[in-house]
Amino acid sequence: MSTAAIRALPRETLVNAVLALALLAAPLIAQMLDEPFYVSLATRVAILALAGVGLNLALGYGGMVSFGHAAFFGLGGYVAGITALHAFEGSDFMTWPWSVGGSDQLLVVWSVAAVVVALVALAIGAISLRTSGVYFIMITLAFAQMIYYLAISLPTYGGEDGLSIYLRNQLPLGDSNDPLTFFFVCYGLLLAALFLSARLVAAPFGVALQCARMNETRLATSGIAPFPVKLTAFVISAVITGIAGALFADLNGFVGPSMLSWHRSGEIMIFVILGGVGRLFAPLAGAALFILLESLIGGMTDRWQLFLGIMLLAVVLFARGGLIGLLAGKVRHD
Amino acid sequence: MTEALLELKGLSKAFGALKASDAVDLTLMPGEIHALIGPNGAGKSTLIAQVAGWLHSDAGEVHLLGRNVSHWSVAARAGLGLGRSFQVSSLASEFSALGNVLLALQAREGGAFRFWSPLRGNARLRDEAMAVLARVGLEDRAELPVASLSHGERRLLEVALALAIQPKLLLLDEPMAGLGPEGTRNLTAFLRGLKEEAAILLVEHDMDAVFALADRISVLVYGRVIASGPPEEIRQSAAVREAYLGDSLC
Ligand SMILES: Nc1ncnc2c1ncn2[C@@H]1O[C@H](COP(=O)(O)OP(=O)(O)O)[C@@H](O)[C@H]1O
Ligand SMILES: [Mg+2]
Repeated sequence: MSTAAIRALPRETLVNAVLALALLAAPLIAQMLDEPFYVSLATRVAILALAGVGLNLALGYGGMVSFGHAAFFGLGGYVAGITALHAFEGSDFMTWPWSVGGSDQLLVVWSVAAVVVALVALAIGAISLRTSGVYFIMITLAFAQMIYYLAISLPTYGGEDGLSIYLRNQLPLGDSNDPLTFFFVCYGLLLAALFLSARLVAAPFGVALQCARMNETRLATSGIAPFPVKLTAFVISAVITGIAGALFADLNGFVGPSMLSWHRSGEIMIFVILGGVGRLFAPLAGAALFILLESLIGGMTDRWQLFLGIMLLAVVLFARGGLIGLLAGKVRHD
Repeated sequence: MTEALLELKGLSKAFGALKASDAVDLTLMPGEIHALIGPNGAGKSTLIAQVAGWLHSDAGEVHLLGRNVSHWSVAARAGLGLGRSFQVSSLASEFSALGNVLLALQAREGGAFRFWSPLRGNARLRDEAMAVLARVGLEDRAELPVASLSHGERRLLEVALALAIQPKLLLLDEPMAGLGPEGTRNLTAFLRGLKEEAAILLVEHDMDAVFALADRISVLVYGRVIASGPPEEIRQSAAVREAYLGDSLC
């Protein structure tokens, strides 16, 4: 592309491209400098951003303020942990009516995670979406807490202590144990989810979803029932966050109830809000900022969350467009 | 006998002790403008909401194109060809005028469950949307966010959106409100040209517009239809005059 062609692009596209390239460059440079810690840090950013991309679809575009997305994140993680456990032990997940064993294949883990999370999200969404506003926030939180306590009460799968994944789940090609390879996998999935979101949002489905956020009356009057649109978006949103959870468990080699806790729901929400609600790349900007703050200021003082709080307050009060809004200006709507 | 596009049978709705609509019978025939008038608080907007499906009726039935739709959703009734405009504009505030029309067109074009191709990329749909905007004279304002349209322009956009779903009948709740004399004249002329395309149930306070347009007028007072007939008959009716029209119109 010529410089003129690049200048003609919307500023937000440029900001997004810079963010994506920066996240790609960070682990490559870290690898060259022999700093494996930063490779894993970049992988964390990619995975948490992916979780945020999921939430952004529901919260940013659909106006569904879910305070329960940790349920989907954690479920994805537990699917990875449980399938790996059974594969490691050679035991069965269930024996009746069929015998179902474990698996150590990432593609299998992701598919199972997607199906499990979709079913749970369908149930949670079908009930929660009958409410709105504060009630919706509270009911999604309540469902997530139920799943949290369920996980704690299952001794087979570690209960409060969680589950270790002794062998990272495998890829058909490449070695997922190689940190850089695993980063590329997570980064690829992040880009895929961003691309999917961009298509969804511009398609008739996304236009209807955004109208549901602005004015449900208008949507219904146009002949489109809002509920199925919102429920579908909620399920897609949950599945993306669930896949991120499966990756997170494999990155850490561990899954525990903390992945399901309401702190985690809040964190994912913070990525989206810091980055800029309803902006495509907000979750990446927000997750990167969050992890940077955590590792830079968190290294100096335990009170780094205070700085986070101040930034969050500033965004909510003065910069609704978040980080992306500051860098790229106001949202452009068709 | 031609079949009524819309038929209300004994439609009632109470808010607590207040009977907002009380056993209302009403029909709308093809090619007709049927005006519904009555003092503030008579229950006109309530009745419109019952017909459109926003309010569940306590009793009675709504028949649309010969089908009992009493238990249908708002979206399903719209899908059958029921267009409506609101007394207070109800638009997708962050979209442009064009974006609002595209949304209204998309229901007919296969609905919301199409996930891949951009809505904006559909040139034929876009042309159609521009044509709809041109009908109400808003083609030059197409790309503006609706928040920056004037009050009058938003009222016209509401009418355009109701038309975009290619309705067989329209429920218009005070479309002239706040339009000013010239705007009212223009919209009156526009609605007159529209009635062959879609029959109209018109709630309106501007009596000049009502008497200029209506083929039939029903008068609603305290939720009850106290008179219904051709405009001349209504103008002459002593009961109506007493209840509502006042001496100024005599
Ligand atoms: N949702 C509601 N809850 C309680 N009372 C209502 C509600 N909507 C309308 N009303 C009452 O019902 C009566 C009819 O209102 P409305 O249908 O808006 O009248 P109109 O459109 O003829 O001015 C009014 O007395 C109004 O206060
Ligand atoms: Mg009214």
